[in-house]
Order: sequence, then C-alpha cells, then structure tokens
Amino acid sequence: MSKRRLRGRLAAAALALVAAACSGAGTDEPGDDASATTQAQSAEPLETAEAAEESEPEPAPAEESEPEPAPAEERDDHDEGDEPAGVPAEEPAEVTGGEIKVGMITTLSGGAAYLGEGVRDGFRLAFDLDGRYDLDLVVEDDARDPAVGQQLADRMLSRDQVDVMTGIIFSNVAGAVVPQVVSQDTIYLSPNAGPSPFAGAQCHENYFVVSWQNDNPAEAMGQYVVDQGFSSVVALAPNYQAGIDSVNGFKRTFGTVSDEIYTELGASDYAQAIAQIRNADPEAVYFFYPGGMGIAFVQQYVASGLEIPLFGPTFSFDEFLVDAIGEAALGLRNASFWAPDLDVPANEAFVAAYRDAYGSTPTGYAAQGFDTGNLLIAALDANGGDPSDIAGMRAALREANFDSVRGGFEFNSNNHPIQDWYLLEVVEDPVHGDLTNSVVEIILEDHADAYASECSLGN
Amino acid sequence: MHLFVEQTLNGFQLGFTLLMISAGLTLIFGIMNIINLAHGSLFMVGAFVAAGVGARTGNYAVALLAGTAAAAVAGLVLEFVLIRRLYHRDHLDQVLATFAIVLISNEAVQMIWGTRPASVSAPAFADRTVTVFPSLPYPVYRLAIIAAGIAAVVFLHLLVDRTRVGMWIRAGTTHRELLGAFGVNVRLLFTVVFAIGAALAGFAGVVAAPFLSVESGVGDNFLILSFVVIVVGGIGSLKGAVYGSLALGLVDTWARTYLPDLFKNFLDASTASTVGASVASASIYLVMVVVLVMKPSGLFGLSDD
Repeated sequence: MSKRRLRGRLAAAALALVAAACSGAGTDEPGDDASATTQAQSAEPLETAEAAEESEPEPAPAEESEPEPAPAEERDDHDEGDEPAGVPAEEPAEVTGGEIKVGMITTLSGGAAYLGEGVRDGFRLAFDLDGRYDLDLVVEDDARDPAVGQQLADRMLSRDQVDVMTGIIFSNVAGAVVPQVVSQDTIYLSPNAGPSPFAGAQCHENYFVVSWQNDNPAEAMGQYVVDQGFSSVVALAPNYQAGIDSVNGFKRTFGTVSDEIYTELGASDYAQAIAQIRNADPEAVYFFYPGGMGIAFVQQYVASGLEIPLFGPTFSFDEFLVDAIGEAALGLRNASFWAPDLDVPANEAFVAAYRDAYGSTPTGYAAQGFDTGNLLIAALDANGGDPSDIAGMRAALREANFDSVRGGFEFNSNNHPIQDWYLLEVVEDPVHGDLTNSVVEIILEDHADAYASECSLGN
Repeated sequence: MHLFVEQTLNGFQLGFTLLMISAGLTLIFGIMNIINLAHGSLFMVGAFVAAGVGARTGNYAVALLAGTAAAAVAGLVLEFVLIRRLYHRDHLDQVLATFAIVLISNEAVQMIWGTRPASVSAPAFADRTVTVFPSLPYPVYRLAIIAAGIAAVVFLHLLVDRTRVGMWIRAGTTHRELLGAFGVNVRLLFTVVFAIGAALAGFAGVVAAPFLSVESGVGDNFLILSFVVIVVGGIGSLKGAVYGSLALGLVDTWARTYLPDLFKNFLDASTASTVGASVASASIYLVMVVVLVMKPSGLFGLSDD
C-alpha cells in the first residue's frame, strides 16, 4: 500500500471538504438566495457530494448520477373507485374529475423527515377527502440540500411535466428551487418555508406562500414576551435563512436582544450555546430549532440546570418534538397560526380525519399541507378543473376561496397570508394522553408580514 | 472565567466523544488500510438499539451493553460480508462500497424505527448537575462522558501496549506480511480489530445518545469530524487520535464561543453573530489545512516514507 499516495488523496478530499464547508456557510447569508443558486449550479459533482456529506445527516448525492427514472419516487395514482367517501368541505361544485399532477419536493430524511411527511400526508388528505380530483403526486426527498432540490425541480419540470409544484420545508432549499420554478411559468405553493427575500423585492406572481412568512411566528412570540414584561432575551437559531428571519422577526416586535447565538444547521450538541446563555444570564430565552435540533436543544437545556424560561415559535414545540422531550416540555409556551384544538369547524374535521388516516395528532406541518391542498382544489374548481390556464389559476389562488383549518385566511399583495397568531401551551391531551399544543389566547390579529411593501405585485 | 471553564469542559466532552469514534476508525485505517465510511452507521446502530432497549427496559446499563454489543455484531457481519472483499481493492472502491452502506443503513433505520426522532434517558445517577466551580452547575452526564472517554483510552492503551493481541495489532500497522509469516492469523486479527472498532463506535453512540436526537444519519456528522481528527492526529496512530480529538474538540468549542465576540469589534452585533458562527464552523477544517501543510503525515503520523 502507498500511504503517501493515500495522504495526497486525503489532503485533496480535505480541501474539497473545506471548500464545501465554506460554500455551505455562504448560503446562510441573509437575503442572499441568489448566491445559493449560483453556488449550487457551479459546484462540481464531487464537491456537491462532499457538501452533502459535510452538512447533512442524510446525504443523497446518488440522485445526481441518475439520468433515468428515480427509484425513490413515490407515485400516488388514485382511482375513482378506491377513494374514501368524500366529505367535500367546500362548495358542492359541479366540477367532477380532472387530473392534476403535482410535483412535491420535500424533506423526507434525517431529523426533519417528519416535517416533510406531515406536509405530504396533509396535502394528500385534502385531495382524499375532496375525492373529486385525480391527484398524481410525485414526491421526492431533497435531503435538506439545495443542490439536490434543484435537480429534482429540473426533472419534475422537464420530464414529469407537473402542473404545480409545492412541498419545500427548508428555506435554503426554497432559495435555490423557487426562482427556477416560477420563472418557468409554473406555480409554486409553499406549504412551509417563507424566506424574507421572496416576500419583498423578489416576490413573484407565480409564488404563493400558504403557511406564513418566516418572520411571522417570531413576531408573535416577540410580542408575547415583551407583553409579559421580560426585558432581556437571548435568541438562538440555526445559521441559515429561516433562522436569521426568525431572530429578525423576534427583534421586530420585542426590541433589542442581549445576544444572538447562531449554531450550525443540523447541529446535535448545544453545550457551547447553553454555556453562552448561562454567561449572558437573560430573563428569557427565545429559540428557533425545528425538528431533531429542537429535541436535542431542549433536552440538553433541561439537563444543564438552567431555569430561564424558554419561548419559541411552534416549530420548536411541535407534537413529535414535545413527545420526544417528554414531561420537561409541559407548560412551555409558543406561538402558532394553528393548533389541533383551534375552534374552527374545518379544523375539527381535519384533525379527526387525520387521526383516522394516520393514527396521530396532526402537526402544524400537516395542517399547512392540508390547507395547501385545499387552496389548490379551490383554484381548480374556479378553473373548471383545468390547471393549464396559468393566469386563471393565479387569479383563483389569490382569491383563496377555501375553508382554512385556521379560520380566516387571505393573501396579502405579495401572495403571503394575512392571519391571526395564537399563543399555545404544551399540555397533555385529555383524550389520547400524549403531549399536544393547546390554544391559550390570540397574540396578533390579522397579522401581515413586514416585507409586502417592498413587493411590486400590488393588488 | 465561568464561561471559559464551562466551555473548556464542553470542549473536552466533545473531544472525548470524538475520541471514542476516531480511535476505532484509526485502528481500522492503520491496521487494515480500510477507509470505513460506515463507521458512523455503527455509531447510529448503537444509539438506536440503546434507544429501543432503553425504552423497553428503562435500564441504562442494559441499553449500554445492548447498544455496544449490537454495534460489534453489526461490525462482524459487515466485515464478513463486505469489508473482507475490499482489503486488496483501491481506496476509492472502499469509499464507494462503505458509502453505499451508509445510505443503505440510513434508509434501513428509517424503515425499522421510522422518521420520528427517538431519545435515550440518561441513567438516574447522572440526571442532575453538580457544582464544578463556584456557582457553576454542570450536568453530571457530561462529566460521565469524559470519564467514559478516559476509560476507553485506558482500555485501548492496555489492549494495544500490554497484550499479545495488542502486539499483533502494532505489528500489523507496520509489518503485515511479516506478521503473517510468523504464523499469526492475520485475517482473524482483522476481524477482531474491526469488531473492536465497531464496538467502540456503538459505545460512543450509546454514550452520546442521551443528549442527541436519535435519528437516521445521526452518526454522519461525527464521522466527518472523526476523519478530520485522524488526518490531523496522523493516520493509524492511536496517540494521534487522542490528541487530535481533544485538540479539535477544544478548538471547535472555543471558536464558536469567542469568534462571534471577536467579530463584534468591527461588525454590528447581528452580522458578527452570523459571520462568527460561519467562520467558527470552518475552524477545525482550517486547523486541518494548517496541519497538512506543516506536517503532511499528521501530528503523530507513522513515518514510513
């Protein structure tokens, strides 16, 4: 064997790793989604693979070398016959049938896999309950990697010829994929990520955010925390677009924070950040850690003996997460657009149907997927079931004529929602015994995002 | 001062966690000349089995044993089925084959345990804090990780420097053919070494599990860091793995703590936090580059050239 040759290779691999690490850091710059796009495009295949390996728990570079049909693809062809008896929640329209092909790029691997699953299952449930459309859902996993997301989008647009695209969970993936989709005259419905650049100057008529703009949940929490009389807060978030949006949103309503701590996206050990919190000794801690990151952070926080109260958006406290954290999560308060027990008829029906179909309380991600599905159905209804008239689809989508599980729902001039924000508390589900979120009060009413004025779409 | 003490403890804890993984990796690398990307998967096996057994029995000791044993068995099977065929293949083939194992095992774990992250509870004695410094509470469990890391170093030291198997292992790193000529069953030795490395990775997985979100691919982050450790420490050198992992654990923790503050001197607070965090996450790679430039064989590399 030749150790010398091997070292040469390792050194080369090491440099590629560093390059990948640095380019990974680049995508985290605020308002810099364009750079994410160019980087991902210019990266050599090797580097892309290294980048995936370096920053993702779940590398999926295998996707790159597949010119031919993807094996991982899930298809969901419904026959009229085996659909559950529809509970058409909306208008008893005359429209029946019609085929709709939807491309869904979402995160189905790693610690955030259940986020993508929630969106996918909720979206599917909307069509199942409606029962009138023949949904051809092409689902692919982006492994939280912008480069993978771009390749999938390419394939869905050119080979699969999808009518509409949706599904992205993470803002770094959205930053790379959305411009590519909307510029090719395809409508993109965001069921989760709402990065700030696309809400402001880079807004697009084909881009609709059904969930929220990234800053909104943080703005609601900031409002609550300041109302409670806390004066010093340390804010924590992963170092990427949505993390930065979240901290900025919090500061918009709360004011200046004593410190901002950014950790690596997907990090598992938070001892270092917790030591900084202890050192800063604030009155309260605000944190945005969706998925597995939240579980790790809260467990370590509780173990560290710190007793400073924790606040966060609902993504830091979703049903899966609080279940994994256990009793330590009881009583924690968070801000959300929705909760399983939100008193809205459409929501009651949704929660019951979801429990029926998937055997667990839906998360907010599932609610977002469900609303996205119903919004699309409403737009199809308005267009006689034909998704090909893109101007007609756009107009119908802007009307948002559907029964949202969150009650009132309307689009702002930048195609982002105007909606109420609630304070939730983690409680034990009186019926099912697991931990869940329950509405305490309303924090912000008819709240719109701060970027709409920078968007030139107008109404 | 408090911050420095706490962060230094955190650095040691990260370092010892890395040590348990990279010790096995460097043994396998140094003796068998195998690049094993699946080492992180063995870490994951340990963590998942511990989560499953822990949830069922509620006993951490049983979970620790089961997780370590499961990783060792998985290592044996892996060696027998795949690695054995790779000894005389190119390193690129080894990377490809073991990377395939990473992808397969990540998917398999999702199929078996689902995508819902699991968790492992710390043993009761460690589920509290002690005052390590005036008015600085520190979780006992993190101290226990440091202790477990020290125990692993002592175990490896005794094994490699005090036993006959250890003598063979040392001989195997430098004079493999001679070892075979003296009548040692090199193939069996390789299997044993691989299983020891796998057990260490599984042990590390169980030990780290209580503060991790146990999810598919949980070992992959650690694997990358461990490769950096053994490149910095010197490939195949246990001593290098020890010093390399402690050094990188401390560098990583200190950089994350102090770089954002440093940047605050000439950037506004918000930008300094994001830029500092980005630079800090690259800090250990910068260390690696410097080491490779100054000493291409690593700090304690074997000088066979």
